[in-house]
Amino acid sequence: MSSFEWSSGVWPDWCQGCGNFGIFTALRMALAEMGMDRKRVVLVSGIGCSGKIPHFVKATGVHALHGRSIPFATGIKIANPNLKVVVHGGDGDLLGIGMGHFVALGRRNPDILVMIHNNWVYGLTKGQASPTLGRGIRTKALAFPNINDPVNPILIGMASGYTFLARSYAYNAEHLKEVIKAGLSHRGAGAIEIIQPCPTWNNIVNMEWVAQNTQYLSGWDPVVASEDDLLKKMQEVMRLESMDKKQLGIIFENRFKETFEDRLASINGYYKDNPPARQRIEDEGSSLPVSMDKTFGRYMV
Amino acid sequence: MKRLGLSGNYAVAYAVKMADVDVIAAYPITPQTTIVEKLSDFVANGELDAEYVNVESEHSAMSACVGASLTGARVFTATSSQGLAYMHEVLFMASALRTPIVMTNVNRALSAPLNIWNDHSDAMAERDSGWIQLWASSAQEALDTTIEAFKIAEDVLLPVMVNIDGFIVSHTYEPVTLPDEGEVKRYIPSKPLTNRLSPRLAYSVGVVGPPEYYYEMKYQAVDAMERSRQRIKEIEADFNRRFGKDYKDINAYYMEDAEYALLAMGSMTGTARVVAESLRRRGERAGVVSIRWFRPFPFERLAEILEGVRGIGVMDRAVTPGGPSNPLFVDVASGLYGMAERPVLQSFVAGLGGRDVSTDEFGMMFSKTKEAARSGRAGPCIYVGLRE
Repeated sequence: MSSFEWSSGVWPDWCQGCGNFGIFTALRMALAEMGMDRKRVVLVSGIGCSGKIPHFVKATGVHALHGRSIPFATGIKIANPNLKVVVHGGDGDLLGIGMGHFVALGRRNPDILVMIHNNWVYGLTKGQASPTLGRGIRTKALAFPNINDPVNPILIGMASGYTFLARSYAYNAEHLKEVIKAGLSHRGAGAIEIIQPCPTWNNIVNMEWVAQNTQYLSGWDPVVASEDDLLKKMQEVMRLESMDKKQLGIIFENRFKETFEDRLASINGYYKDNPPARQRIEDEGSSLPVSMDKTFGRYMV
Repeated sequence: MKRLGLSGNYAVAYAVKMADVDVIAAYPITPQTTIVEKLSDFVANGELDAEYVNVESEHSAMSACVGASLTGARVFTATSSQGLAYMHEVLFMASALRTPIVMTNVNRALSAPLNIWNDHSDAMAERDSGWIQLWASSAQEALDTTIEAFKIAEDVLLPVMVNIDGFIVSHTYEPVTLPDEGEVKRYIPSKPLTNRLSPRLAYSVGVVGPPEYYYEMKYQAVDAMERSRQRIKEIEADFNRRFGKDYKDINAYYMEDAEYALLAMGSMTGTARVVAESLRRRGERAGVVSIRWFRPFPFERLAEILEGVRGIGVMDRAVTPGGPSNPLFVDVASGLYGMAERPVLQSFVAGLGGRDVSTDEFGMMFSKTKEAARSGRAGPCIYVGLRE
């Protein structure tokens, strides 16, 4: 299947030069190269320019509420763990109004990949400062330089328990595609921070800025080698993230942590073979009989 | 007097500037954004001396407003649709803690599907939150009502929501006359509010109200809303006198001898009036009633206006699925229940999610209402313009 077959045919109405086009392209390329089954892919988005992506990708999608894409996705994944669930949201959506959910996803570690379209601004509402915009920076719509400190999604993700963390760049679709493929192959909660230029509202983060302020990781092993290695790797990531330049590539991968699906299966032995989405709710048109004796047996005297 | 071309949203921003607010908590949402955007301009260029905080959500915006208001500051925020819905739990705190916050709600439909256009579902869903709700249907009215809202809020110690229709009022430019700034200052002088948090008194609010106390605390807010009826009337009369206006709880058009009428809220009443005028030219005794105060609901005056009218078409721009009827209809029906001779009420739903309501459709609503008036019997709710 070619990447074009993952296009819904709906005209993407992002601005000219929007980084979302690169993300859209890289996502379709990754899905095509991995030979993903369209019936198993679910995209869940929040509100904002990024939120429109389910309109354009030919897969099952939910355009949810501002900040709530992660809980929607978690519900979908829990009900049917066989699905590949991908969340798309902006930095304002996932790291501002929806930050609580971003943290909760890491604590549970379900097999969900979060793609953060990070453009430092609220693009759809005309360029207000978002949670990733640095203090002292004044993008064109701001009346005065930003007085809030920025959040670093990689470090928050690591502190919250995410097991796959990466950073890529929307204008480098080839690099982003490879990162997305790695993220989709990982089992557990993953987050990719995608540096997404917004030519309309962010006059700071353009191609020149990215060229000067980022570098591609080389010789960096993101994988936690053993459970004992975890703390050391986290410290190394802290050092990596405190460098002046933002690092592009896979930053952190921990394959030792149980997923949320594993944890549910550990308290419900039937979960993996018979998750809620596969359970019958009727038998030839009539509802299934519920055995009160079985359900309340232990309370009966 | 200064006359400017302003959108409804900018008119609100000018009113807030004239009110000389102390704290603005803002979170962007279409179609409200240009209100707080304009206010950020005013603050940044020194025209308005206020603390302006960009919060991370509407829930935080309303929470910050409650906190600021509790210290005695004059507070403003604006929102729409999902933003108002996300404020839901804080709205009840704002009214119960008696914080005189003024908020513009630019009416917009609620998801799903995602829709940024106008209807009234957002405000209707919050009608029991204890907020005073005023409705403005032009840019000038939006400005004037916002100024009144500060006076009302601080007088009765209840939060006030001023509703304007998304895009139709919020983004349409109209000539707007700015009131004299000195007169506005005399009308709503900045004065220290009583019963606020203070380090000298050192007390806490919002603490647990067990069954022995909660009821009385809640009743105080109910009582305040009831008492506000008379106060709003006086405050509005004062506004009209000072600024040469004629605002009322209900606007009635051609109702002196009307046989039947359409009743609505917000900007749609403008189209209803145009259609009523053409019906009048053909000798029809059609009228229009526009509710301007939705909370407290002016049921006594409504009954006076509708005395002798045989049929009313109530036009809702929101729905109450599974309810006896839709929100405005239910209020009108309950409000008129005590009348000795009640008009027949015909329910209409129109314009959900920004769907245009044409003059022909208004004509149809008038004729269905007339039918109901003549036959003495109304049919089930009519969903105007719905494709089946």
